[in-house]
Amino acid sequence: MKVNLKVWRQRNGNAQGKLVDYQLDNVSPDMSFLEMIDVLNGELTMKGEEMIAFDHDCREGICGMCSMYINGRAHGPQTGATTCQLHMRSFSDGDTIVVEPWRARAFPVIKDLMVDRSAFDRVVQAGGYVSVNTGSARDANETLIPRPIADEAMDAAQCIGCGACVAACKNASAMLFVAAKVSHLAVLPQGQAEASLRAEKMVAQMDAEGFGACSFTGACSVECPKSISLDHIARLNREYLGSKVTSQAI
Amino acid sequence: MSWVTQTLASSLGRKVIMSLTGLFLCTFLIVHVAGNLQLFKGDEGRAFNEYSYFMTHNPVIMTVSYLLYTSIIVHALMALILTRHNQASRPVKYAYTKPEANSPWSSRNMGILGTILLIFIVLHMRTFWYEMHFGSVPMAEYDGKEYKDLYKTVVAAFSQWWYVAIYVLSMAALGFHLVHGFKSGFQTMGLRHKKYTPLLEFLGVYVFAILIPALFAAMPVYMFLKHVGIIG
Repeated sequence: MKVNLKVWRQRNGNAQGKLVDYQLDNVSPDMSFLEMIDVLNGELTMKGEEMIAFDHDCREGICGMCSMYINGRAHGPQTGATTCQLHMRSFSDGDTIVVEPWRARAFPVIKDLMVDRSAFDRVVQAGGYVSVNTGSARDANETLIPRPIADEAMDAAQCIGCGACVAACKNASAMLFVAAKVSHLAVLPQGQAEASLRAEKMVAQMDAEGFGACSFTGACSVECPKSISLDHIARLNREYLGSKVTSQAI
Repeated sequence: MSWVTQTLASSLGRKVIMSLTGLFLCTFLIVHVAGNLQLFKGDEGRAFNEYSYFMTHNPVIMTVSYLLYTSIIVHALMALILTRHNQASRPVKYAYTKPEANSPWSSRNMGILGTILLIFIVLHMRTFWYEMHFGSVPMAEYDGKEYKDLYKTVVAAFSQWWYVAIYVLSMAALGFHLVHGFKSGFQTMGLRHKKYTPLLEFLGVYVFAILIPALFAAMPVYMFLKHVGIIG
């Protein structure tokens, strides 16, 4: 099949970027979207042009690196999938495909389709952890956890920090990410010891990074490759407000 | 900053202010629509005028009305602050977006809908609230007591087809605003629960987004049809 691509090219964070047109004539419908970009990069190299820089790592939907805003949607037209899980059969022969990087103040463009998502790391460093003693690993079943609670925690813990929630949100809000990170610890006994200030610290860092506020449009959850539920955002609000009102920290 | 101002200045805190003022305005709508249903009473406006007198003279109602004006102003100003902050969170826009694939139209256009409603509120208060408080409203006498005949002002306003049209369109905007706003207000407060969220969503859609705006819109339409003589 044949596709017309409009890809965002930007030399570096300070440079002006623009959409550049490319045409690929021999695209297999079985290629993943990233493989299609690989083929394009091969052609560019043969022509002596600079390759398109893009993030990718595992290519099996678990690393969350492949940040591409494809035809107006985070990770393209599929739901519950990353870019590497998107295949060219999702497009038609002759389609024009627009590929842009995530757009957010907190995610500055490094080059072409690569953005700096270290804002997420700083949010997690602010409180998205459980303090444990070092030493040998504890027995897995030492603390009994009811199955529904374990499932709830696991649903939130599926977040791979890809940033699709921010990319899809009209406000570039990181609420679904922060909510997932707060939630998967808040529902478990191991996380509850530090629960009271965790939400406060992580929300403060989220605001400091320059993400927007939550309008509950639900776009984040729809575009999330792990389909993380809005329930977790409500829990984050609960944790945050509860802690603000009841904690001893002033 | 104290912990209170710090909380209210955070992105979540600002949304809590939106939620509290918004839900308070929702409760006001119930009172307002219920009271104004007296316009449908075929008594030349006596019940409505007596009710207007009560609403402008009862000290409890007057206190709550100041809370109401404050809520409208705070809700609008905070929306402006949040919108500016949210727009700044994405300085470079996408060249191509397809938001209809992942979110309802009303949820993405609360600002536009809210602006329509704010313009409507100013117009609405100029026509009735200002006239009632500071303007010249004709008088009516029931059982030897003088009342301001606000009903006549209502009749005059709703005898103009374009004024009626503005009201009907504004109530459509209210419906779209509340279909998203009512249920989201509760989620901002952290209330999302298998047992209660379906109920809140039902109330948000059928009561706040459909029934209440429809009843409000029915008032100018009814008065206009009465004016042109289609209904007696």
